[in-house]
Amino acid sequence: MAKVLVVTSGKGGVGKTTSTAALGAALAQSGETVAVVDFDVGLRNLDLVMGAERRVVFDFINVIQGTVKLSQALIRDKRLDTLWLLPASQTRDKDALTADGVAKVVAQLRQKFDWVICDSPAGIERGATLAMRHADAAVIVTNPEVSSVRDSDRIIGLLDAKTEKAERGERVEKHLLITRYDPVRAGKGEMLSIEDVLEILSVPLLGVVPESQEVLRASNIGAPVTLCNASSAPARAYCDAMRRLKGENVPMTIPSDRKHLFGKLFRRRAA
Amino acid sequence: MSIFNWFNWKYQRGSAPVARDRLKVLLEHEGRRGVKPDLLGLLRGEIVAVICRHVTVKPENVQVKMNRGATVSTLAIDIEIPCLV
Repeated sequence: MAKVLVVTSGKGGVGKTTSTAALGAALAQSGETVAVVDFDVGLRNLDLVMGAERRVVFDFINVIQGTVKLSQALIRDKRLDTLWLLPASQTRDKDALTADGVAKVVAQLRQKFDWVICDSPAGIERGATLAMRHADAAVIVTNPEVSSVRDSDRIIGLLDAKTEKAERGERVEKHLLITRYDPVRAGKGEMLSIEDVLEILSVPLLGVVPESQEVLRASNIGAPVTLCNASSAPARAYCDAMRRLKGENVPMTIPSDRKHLFGKLFRRRAA
Repeated sequence: MSIFNWFNWKYQRGSAPVARDRLKVLLEHEGRRGVKPDLLGLLRGEIVAVICRHVTVKPENVQVKMNRGATVSTLAIDIEIPCLV
């Protein structure tokens, strides 16, 4: 039974695309078949973050308009056999994303994959509402910062009102993923703590991804952070989050990249 | 950090509590989820329907008011019904 997951946030730049790629790759690595779908028509970036930008021939809009078959637009990941990407169109108008078309494509993806992960665009317009429309579960990506938390609150409201599940009187399963967290600053009271964000949004916590240089490094080379450096702090955080998504009971920890004193001394000497 | 801030208690405490309090007040006011924008209209319609099953009332004689407080909100329903003899 396929599960449709939307990765959403309201605010831009909080890590939706990074999280989609990282969770998708982690799920695929654990043996599931996964399709990651870019809903950001006109501003696609999932292809770039996944390192597949030069292999895009057809896109989501081509499939919706019936120009090509779904199988012609899907791009298989070079590193993982079970990970596929459906890119958004970069040139078309975002009105080309129609409600009927999206419903049809998502239904087809459900037949083929264990997981369908929809990477939502920022905002609360058409692209964002269509990305969440058919979701069984939602990952709400939030930075510990006032504007991001406020926008997440708004998105949670939409998940409870504008999704197919909500209209049937059911609930979309919601998960909060806090990204760019800095435990040291939070400890000093300079950044909203995990508890603060949870208290304000009251959505169960899926994971905490610490602020890390590894995230930029991964996007520079075009690899999901979970594949780029699997032992890095964000990769471990995403892997834990992935296992929780699959229903495993994983204790909540915030992984760290920081070296022990000995490692620090050693590194400094080597440099 | 300027040397003057050493004596500024608020600065030393960090700005996160301020952020949390501002957000709490704001989101309470904006009232997101659960509370739909047309909640009162919806409640009113359904209450009138239930009452009408048993007593004849004019819809305009049903008043539904909500008082939003900081911690508790109250719902006041005032229904004028014809004499039940």
